[in-house]
Amino acid sequence: MHTLMSFVAGLVFGFGLLLSGMSNPAKVQGFLDLAGHWDPSLALVMGGAILVGLFAFRAAHLRVRTLLGGVMRLPVPHDLSKPLVLGSLAFGVGWGLAGFCPGPALVSLGTGEIKAVVFVAAMLGGMLVFDLIERIRGPLPAPAE
Amino acid sequence: MTIDWTHFTPWHALAGGILIGVAAALFALFNGRIAGISGIVAGLLRPMRGDNAWRLAFIGGLVVAPLAWRLFAVLPEARIDAGYGTLVTAGLLVGIGTRCGGGCTSGHGVCGLSRLSPRSLVATLSFMGAGFATVFVVRHLIGA
Repeated sequence: MHTLMSFVAGLVFGFGLLLSGMSNPAKVQGFLDLAGHWDPSLALVMGGAILVGLFAFRAAHLRVRTLLGGVMRLPVPHDLSKPLVLGSLAFGVGWGLAGFCPGPALVSLGTGEIKAVVFVAAMLGGMLVFDLIERIRGPLPAPAE
Repeated sequence: MTIDWTHFTPWHALAGGILIGVAAALFALFNGRIAGISGIVAGLLRPMRGDNAWRLAFIGGLVVAPLAWRLFAVLPEARIDAGYGTLVTAGLLVGIGTRCGGGCTSGHGVCGLSRLSPRSLVATLSFMGAGFATVFVVRHLIGA
């Protein structure tokens, strides 16, 4: 049941990315191009998602168990850290260069787009490189978000 | 700055955003987890027993979405301007950056901001700012 709900959530998420235009890298870059012909659409994607999310997460944080009776695994507050900022900056540069972030890239795999395959392969490579560096430097943090 | 009215699609954007919010809500309430896509993918790269099926199912849902969509409607246009070299560089940066920063547009941008997490706000401002700066440099300084 958990696995089925996970699939449904992924599917609905994918429909949302397709409908909103997030799965179109040219549109994402149009949003990031403040100095050119700016397409503000994606601000409304974030707005719409957060509108629903605000209520949902308030409800989720009040619950001890999930609607399926499982354990709630929402993140606990952490301190701000340098890796958080540096990592997010690096992610933003990559996002701007290609117009892809992880979700839309995975959705584009399903359209059979070869460029999406190349991007996702490189992204997995980047994640493995990070794990490798962490393993050399010390204990691994749990993948929370 | 000029607004690109011809490509501005407010209703599709809002409706799609609401669907993304609904997906994150379902996942939080039924599975008790954050729909953070970079984290879901990264967990598969260091597999643990009993922790893989839900990750594969979520990713499966994302990949199947365009196939299911095509059964009922024409897929929306998607144009990838970046060349292969840029895609590899961008993919590596996105992979390393989302792991180092602990999340991406979904985990920090959608779920984190919905949870009013200060960390996610800082992360979102960082990757948005870097995204704006990168497109500015590529399009207006280098003039690609």
